Amino acid sequence: MSTQASATKSKVQVETVTIRFVGDSGDGMQLTGTEFTKANAIAGADLATFPDYPAEIRAPAGSLAGVSGYQVNFGSREIHTPGDAPDVLVAMNPAALKTNLPDLKTGGMLIVNGGAFTESNLEKAGYKSNPLDDAALKQNYKIFNVDMNKLTETALAGSGLSNKEIARCKNYFALGLMYWLYSRPADPQIESIAKKFAKKPEMADANQKVFRAGHAFGETSEIFFARYEVPASKLPPGTYRNVTGNFATALGFATVAKTTGRQVFLGSYPITPATEILQEMSYFKEHGVVTYQAEDEIAGIGSAIGASFAGALAVTTTSGPGLALKTEMLGLAVIAELPLVVVNVQRGGPSTGMPTKTEQADLLMALYGRHGEAPLPVLAAQSPADCFYAAIEAMKIAVKWMTPVILLTDGYLANGSEPFRIPDPKDLAKVEPKYQTTPNHDGQYMPYLRDAKLIRPWAVPGTPGLEHRIGGLEKDSMTGMVSYDGGNHEKMVKTRAQKIRNVVEDVPDAEVFGQKSGDVLLLSWGGTFGAVRGAAEELVNQGRKVGHVHLRWLNPLPKNLGAVLKGFKKVLVPEVNDGQLATYLRSTFPGLDPLQFNRINGKPLKITELAAKVVELL
Amino acid sequence: MSTNGQTVNTALPVYTKKDFESGIDPRWCPGCGDFSIINQVQKTLPSVGVKRENIVFVSGIGCSSRFPYYMNNYGMHTLHGRAPSFASGIKVSRPELMVWIVTGDGDALAIGGNHFIHAMRRNLDLKLLMFNNRIYGLTKGQVSPTSELYKKTKTTPHGSPDYPFNPPALALGAGATFVARTIDVEGAHMGGVIKAAAEHKGSVFVEVFQNCPVFNDGAYTFITEKATKADAQLRMEHGKPLLFGKDNKKGIRFNAKSAELEVVTIGQDGVTEADVLVHDAHRADPTIAFMLANLSEKAGFPTPIGVFRDVRKATADEITWEIIGKAKRARST
Repeated sequence: MSTQASATKSKVQVETVTIRFVGDSGDGMQLTGTEFTKANAIAGADLATFPDYPAEIRAPAGSLAGVSGYQVNFGSREIHTPGDAPDVLVAMNPAALKTNLPDLKTGGMLIVNGGAFTESNLEKAGYKSNPLDDAALKQNYKIFNVDMNKLTETALAGSGLSNKEIARCKNYFALGLMYWLYSRPADPQIESIAKKFAKKPEMADANQKVFRAGHAFGETSEIFFARYEVPASKLPPGTYRNVTGNFATALGFATVAKTTGRQVFLGSYPITPATEILQEMSYFKEHGVVTYQAEDEIAGIGSAIGASFAGALAVTTTSGPGLALKTEMLGLAVIAELPLVVVNVQRGGPSTGMPTKTEQADLLMALYGRHGEAPLPVLAAQSPADCFYAAIEAMKIAVKWMTPVILLTDGYLANGSEPFRIPDPKDLAKVEPKYQTTPNHDGQYMPYLRDAKLIRPWAVPGTPGLEHRIGGLEKDSMTGMVSYDGGNHEKMVKTRAQKIRNVVEDVPDAEVFGQKSGDVLLLSWGGTFGAVRGAAEELVNQGRKVGHVHLRWLNPLPKNLGAVLKGFKKVLVPEVNDGQLATYLRSTFPGLDPLQFNRINGKPLKITELAAKVVELL
Repeated sequence: MSTNGQTVNTALPVYTKKDFESGIDPRWCPGCGDFSIINQVQKTLPSVGVKRENIVFVSGIGCSSRFPYYMNNYGMHTLHGRAPSFASGIKVSRPELMVWIVTGDGDALAIGGNHFIHAMRRNLDLKLLMFNNRIYGLTKGQVSPTSELYKKTKTTPHGSPDYPFNPPALALGAGATFVARTIDVEGAHMGGVIKAAAEHKGSVFVEVFQNCPVFNDGAYTFITEKATKADAQLRMEHGKPLLFGKDNKKGIRFNAKSAELEVVTIGQDGVTEADVLVHDAHRADPTIAFMLANLSEKAGFPTPIGVFRDVRKATADEITWEIIGKAKRARST
């Protein structure tokens, strides 16, 4: 009967689908999500992901606070975001259902692990009765109640594993079921499990069994009548790998080391959600990366500035609170004019705030948050894969202009992933450090004697005859010697500011997507790119007079931005903060009063909400 | 000629003290102990076998931290307390450079305490000279982490309620592999300590008792006065018995029963020189060095000067590059 059933199960082609896996933080949902994502990436789908997990490593089991989720949107057309609302929700327990059900699309598919809907779990989730028996639920969603606990136990009967070990395998049941449901071949996952558990063959065997059981369950049970197929997308040809933003950032800096043959030095201190950059870069030692885990945030940037003085291409990585601790050091890097890239993976603030949730609220700190007059270039990455290019570009600017540069990413980009087409190295931005090896003024070395662009030379220890001293005291505009002269100080403040303004020659003009002029211009920056572009596409396709400019460079701003803004009746600035870019624009373009669209709920923007807001303005 | 990251092997020039003078006249108060310290450093560097361009001086903030400006080497005058963090980055990035840190008691032990202990425990090859004047000089006279209990300063007009650090004990506790103490007015002794510090590979802590004639004058007369210094100073020399006093008749003995160090007099109660503890700076276990460092806390005991500890073990920069080398070799095979 079962084979007959399988023969009759039809395949439905879908263009895109958004699936969210949710469960207890110990349920392995991040693993399930990333493995399922990999299968879709290998199958050639375009995709974007959004892991959403609590700050506690293990909140009490079954509690609402302990729910961890992973959302993936994949499709055969271009995917900009992990999707607004999931089409499919896979909920492993009542708490996960309760916290995530409101997001599921009406009519969406709800796959629940019915075995976890015990009295005690229902109580922990605050349910008075079993929601799976609720008539309204059945009416609004397509419910697939699968007792994954029991099916996992059955699959592992006689395995000799403890109950606890068996329980930990059930995420592979869900994964196997989803592989079947979305027509992904099982063999690569079987191999992947063997690799992952190479040191624990009994667990490899168990997880493979459970994965197969999940896959077979889809095929043989009479619960599912159809399976789905998402064809490969039309991504440009090339070799792709799925990358998170943090991994892409690390890869970007490692690429700088490889292409320049110069040491990239990362001095850093662990902080959520930036830690993975330090972790990943510590695996790139053979490519010329040196990593140093400092005793604190201050020492992280201090070691990087020291390495920069010594000639390395220096990087420090952090998140908001860490950037606050580094600001005194940034002042030193500005006045000493040493190249340095500071990556700030923004998270919900202030203070510890919402450390595992995303936010864009460090823009003004990046632009202005220093003592004294201390301008520096600021740029932001727009997608997980773009972190790779942004890292290289940040380093290019830092070494060319002899300045610290702040690169803003955020928790959403850092943990989210998308396919990354491995580029040809010759297409990448060129990082070209120049080291002074000879005296530059009458047989002497003047460390602050500038070129026409106001860039100072970089002479590093080990270079005979160019021994010199630099530091945090104001220096004479020529010799670099300590100077307390007021006129000299004013000149130096203005010179350093002008140098940063000159960076605009390396900032590409703002490009307008959609209508070049018209009713509403969407103006965004950083990690909101996908959602804002998605909304703009929708609106433009509807024939509305809407344009979209996404800013990569926040300082300096593109030369043509003022002119572009004038072409639209209204400017709407969507941000995951309370209006920081809008504030910055008001001070930069007097008379401009951009409208705001702000969400500060720890989540990325939703395309539908934003599009609706624009329609309201038209 | 050299470019980034690569120092070129050419013969070491013959240097004189003058080669290490930047040409800027030091701006410290007349009579400041810092003058004699820089004098000894500049005198010592010609003989350490390192090219001038491969030596870097890093400092924080405070009177002592002006030091790099007066040296004709590469130098960084950085932020208050943070010098060890910059120096660590330089050393990890370019282990072939000789890196000195010049700091004071406030800079190293108050605002920079965290960086200080971690630089010591990592055993990075960094040479830290801490000028201890037991006062904040540059801000004109506030209590420092080495000021004595009940010390009256501008911020403690009724006396300081805080116990001071014992700097060598702190450095030993943090894992420094070279720990020494010297005195600004004892030029020859200081020169010897600086030379030994230069030759040590690993984390170096040198405390220099440095008189601040303006804000804490006479802080060290107890150990520098001609009439009393023989009894007040315990000059530690590796391999020699710990003797002191006018005729070297007093000594330090390890009392096995009480597990304490005690002062004995040779010739009294049957004590001979053989009973006196022989100083072993190379002892891997820092316990005895720690006991010696704590002698100055006890009434009736002399204050040790010289090298407490000088132990060679792999440095963090050596280990870092050993790991990188392995990763590169694994890649190429």
